[in-house]
Amino acid sequence: MRQLAIVSGKGGTGKTSIAAVFAELSKRSVLADCDVDAPNLHIFLHPVVISRETFKGLKVATKDEDKCVKCGLCAQNCRFDAINKDFEIDPLACEGCGVCSYVCPEKAVTMVDRDSGEVFISKTRFGLMAHARLDPGEETTGKLVTVVRNNAKKIAEENDADLVIIDGPPGIGCPVIATIGGTDLVLAVTEPTLTGLHDLTRVLGVADHFGVPSVVCINKADINPTMTERISKYCEENGKPVVGVIPYDKTVVKALVEGKSLLSYPKSPALREIRGMWIRVLDVLGLNRGSPIA
Amino acid sequence: MIVSVASGKGGTGKTTVATNLALVVGDAQLVDCDVEEPNCHIFFDVPLRKVADVCVQVPVVDLGRCSFCGRCAEFCQYNAIAVFGEKVMIFEELCHGCGGCKLVCPDKAIHEKPRRIGVVERGADDGLELVQGRLDVGEPIASPIIRETKRFIDRNRFVVVDAPPGAGCPAIAAIRDTDYCVLVAEPTPLGLHDLKLFVELLRVFSTPFGVVINRCDIGSDVIEAYCHENGIPVLSRLPHDREVMELYSRGVPISKKSSAWRKKFLELYENVLGVAR
Repeated sequence: MRQLAIVSGKGGTGKTSIAAVFAELSKRSVLADCDVDAPNLHIFLHPVVISRETFKGLKVATKDEDKCVKCGLCAQNCRFDAINKDFEIDPLACEGCGVCSYVCPEKAVTMVDRDSGEVFISKTRFGLMAHARLDPGEETTGKLVTVVRNNAKKIAEENDADLVIIDGPPGIGCPVIATIGGTDLVLAVTEPTLTGLHDLTRVLGVADHFGVPSVVCINKADINPTMTERISKYCEENGKPVVGVIPYDKTVVKALVEGKSLLSYPKSPALREIRGMWIRVLDVLGLNRGSPIA
Repeated sequence: MIVSVASGKGGTGKTTVATNLALVVGDAQLVDCDVEEPNCHIFFDVPLRKVADVCVQVPVVDLGRCSFCGRCAEFCQYNAIAVFGEKVMIFEELCHGCGGCKLVCPDKAIHEKPRRIGVVERGADDGLELVQGRLDVGEPIASPIIRETKRFIDRNRFVVVDAPPGAGCPAIAAIRDTDYCVLVAEPTPLGLHDLKLFVELLRVFSTPFGVVINRCDIGSDVIEAYCHENGIPVLSRLPHDREVMELYSRGVPISKKSSAWRKKFLELYENVLGVAR
């Protein structure tokens, strides 16, 4: 079983649109939405939830006001600015370390579990899907990504799926690291802008840092052909194969707004290129699927 | 006054709005808190100099004093310490720097050392000052860099914070203590979904906010309808414009090239001041 992580560094480059088309072209992969902060893949795939579980993140400090003598040791020792000058605890700033509870001489502070979101396994028309929802203001995104990844792996193994397609978060921090760690291939989706290139170099750096091979897709490539050229050159010099160059195509937004799949617009120029990219990605992953693009 | 520009979804135009808003105000501080992918600097031709290394205090164990009792590992909520027999392993990348291990150690065998995870940089262009945080590649924890970057905020000025995408810890760290939040949304089902997530988050913080609809003429009227139903002010409607896209791709802010766009951002500024009061 292989795992493909679709990431981008910069947001809004088209990760989820591409993941959704891959899901439909594949028909027998397991899908995972690891952008747990702002998950979107379900908008394309309309999953029907078959199992759900509460996600418990890090614990949070709570204080018994009757026991508190306002000695201030908790605030002095908190490194996350989560306890203010009136010794009130801000649960949104608390990182659950437990130091305040440990130093409190009156045992007024205790660490309690908090429900931070929900984890789902669902059915879609194109295969099973692992996803999650983080409550607003909750922190442990990396941990939740790991839960989604493990679920996806488990259902892939149980159902003999040969591939997990992961829709990743933007950025390069902990949720991205949790998304790409131990996968077989990173597909970095960029756009031909200076910001796109800047962010691409950083996310490819993360893939290299964790020893995961990576390939690149340049989306909306005709917005600025000179930048597309420059990004291609950068990729060539750094040994990162460009597996897809996709034109800016208004059909993509049209399909999204109408709630339809891009595959229902067979003449879409973007779709044509994404199909080609899918074959190349399968090839890099060493998966032979016959000829599903007839 | 601190105005944060945010959005649940990435790529909606946060950086475009933040940079142009700061530019038309002129005497402003632009604070790039998207420390995983800081992009504002691409739109300003100013040299940045480092003003701070951002470090996390990570533990160092003196094995001569350590009795291998394992209390540090037991206390650590982030699995950053493991004790096996007479061996202590520290996973520095996982450490949040809470200092708990040092406190609980009965042998006083733990001290701390700073470990760099990123930097804060600063540059100025006429009246406009740019401050940005930057996470080192391969490091997971962005929030300490955002907190450190925000220490350079000058509350006496008009401050524009460019927040990271999402509604997780980095976004929270960025918008904390902000006076007003400008949410940039695009009029698609994805844009609406992620806008709603962020609105829920802002309700938790009770931060006042309004919405900028970017590329308002692509997609549908979902954002407009949602704002109307929920009494959320629409601060600006920015049309899709090939020229904006083209200039953006080369790192040129549109308000420097087009007086019509300059006017749009000035109106946004006045609308923000109007509703924030």
